[in-house]
Amino acid sequence: MTARTSGLLWLALVAAFTASLLVPLHALLEVDRGLASAVLVELRLPRALLALIYGATLGASGGAIQALFANPLASPDLTGTTSGAALGAVVTAYLFGFAAPIALSIGSVAGALGALVLLITLAGPKAETATLLLSGLAISALAGALTTLALALAPSPFAFYDAYDWLMGSLIDRSLDQAVFAAVPAILVIALLLRLGPALDRLALGEEVAQSLGDNIARLRLMVICLSALGVGACVAICGAIGFIGLIAPIFARRLTRGHPGRAIMASALIGALLLSLADLTVRLAPIGRTLPIGVVTALIGAPFFLWLVAHMRWRLSA
Amino acid sequence: MILDAAGLAIPGRLFDVSLRIAAGELVCLVGPNGSGKTSLLHALAGIGRPAGEVDLDGVDPRTLGPAQRPRYLTYLPATRDVPWPLLARDLIALGGGEATFPALELDGLLDRRVDRLSTGERSRVLIARALAPRPKLLLLDEPTANLDPLWQIRLMELVRQEISVGGRAALVAIHDLDAALRYADRMLVMDRGRIAAESLDGPHVAAIFGIERANGKWRPVNPLADPQSLR
Repeated sequence: MTARTSGLLWLALVAAFTASLLVPLHALLEVDRGLASAVLVELRLPRALLALIYGATLGASGGAIQALFANPLASPDLTGTTSGAALGAVVTAYLFGFAAPIALSIGSVAGALGALVLLITLAGPKAETATLLLSGLAISALAGALTTLALALAPSPFAFYDAYDWLMGSLIDRSLDQAVFAAVPAILVIALLLRLGPALDRLALGEEVAQSLGDNIARLRLMVICLSALGVGACVAICGAIGFIGLIAPIFARRLTRGHPGRAIMASALIGALLLSLADLTVRLAPIGRTLPIGVVTALIGAPFFLWLVAHMRWRLSA
Repeated sequence: MILDAAGLAIPGRLFDVSLRIAAGELVCLVGPNGSGKTSLLHALAGIGRPAGEVDLDGVDPRTLGPAQRPRYLTYLPATRDVPWPLLARDLIALGGGEATFPALELDGLLDRRVDRLSTGERSRVLIARALAPRPKLLLLDEPTANLDPLWQIRLMELVRQEISVGGRAALVAIHDLDAALRYADRMLVMDRGRIAAESLDGPHVAAIFGIERANGKWRPVNPLADPQSLR
């Protein structure tokens, strides 16, 4: 990534963040100053921050997972990590309630970790695309079914609505404390994943060659899995499951790094943050009278892109 | 001696192998399929967790990280698959060496994606990745596979020339007995995870494989082993 592209990405990110804070502007101008600052600090700031943090975590984790599996179709949502995190959080929420963020985060991270370990067990560390996707699908289906079961056994309709609303993925009505609660592990995870970049690039030469160059592949695999589970889990615990950002961001990012998967992690984090911020702006400005869940928007945009990607790969294989 | 290795072992595949290689030596490793040639290269390259001691010019290369290790040894695996579609230039650079290697005539290939090269072209790029850091010890698994006859000769000559100066050596696993006999300073014959013999005597080595030369061609010693004769 050249300094110029990097600068442009940062600029776009700052623009998106500023827009998240200021749009719509009349809400800040028409009311009295106290209320305006409350809107800005208590409503818009956590939301804009969460969009950046969650998007960047999904981008960085997705990039690292794709590099690890040497597969551009791997991502936290397609490998079942996100659904595992959601299941972990829902189960924890029933035990401790939604008001216990630490328990929720731990449950969510545990769920994400469980899903990734299950994936490696099922598909093997060097899974082909089909095996990887099928295993991810099976894990997602299982986690989804168990989540639905947990919902069906909900102690009260309110608990059900809370859980359902949260599962759809939402950045709305989160406090600044909650944003910080997601941000601390997420920033740590992104920083550590960035440090793994050079090793993930060498992994692109093949596992044996990377080992002969001095990389500890078992440790690298463990690090990527634990870090992405931690990052995605911490974000899912606060904002619910948001799909496809972790798939799309790394694919765009690698166009900026001549295909280097490790070097692309930084760009992937930036693009993920940008995409989720833009998706959130879309949600807020869409003229449909009520708020769309942001997870629905990313899925509506991401799923066709995923289909295009699969078709593209098929054409290339058959060509 | 540039390399002094003792007690190399990988459970089930390699049993207590020791070997020494002098500076400037090209040592060929031959042996039947599954005899442990690749396992021996793995043990020296530090792939997996091999037991044993390795002394390469005073250091155990397996303790070195990615910044130093390519200057001590590089390893070319037998597979020509690359899991990730990089540009040839970037692939060579990731191996820790200069992105070009004039002797391999890569000019037209460097800016192409490795998955879009022919197998032979990709082989040359992968070989360049292993040669470019100019390591003390080259560990090459079937380097001539997929190359056309001219490039097979050029490659072996190139390896010879590379290790002739600077206290360097090469250990080359190879199935082509003629090439091995022609280029090797020494030849190690592996069998069932051990070094079974050391010889440069063609007929002797051939006998270990159960083949002999007749009218300039290799053929099975035991005609019953030849599927043609079973018809």
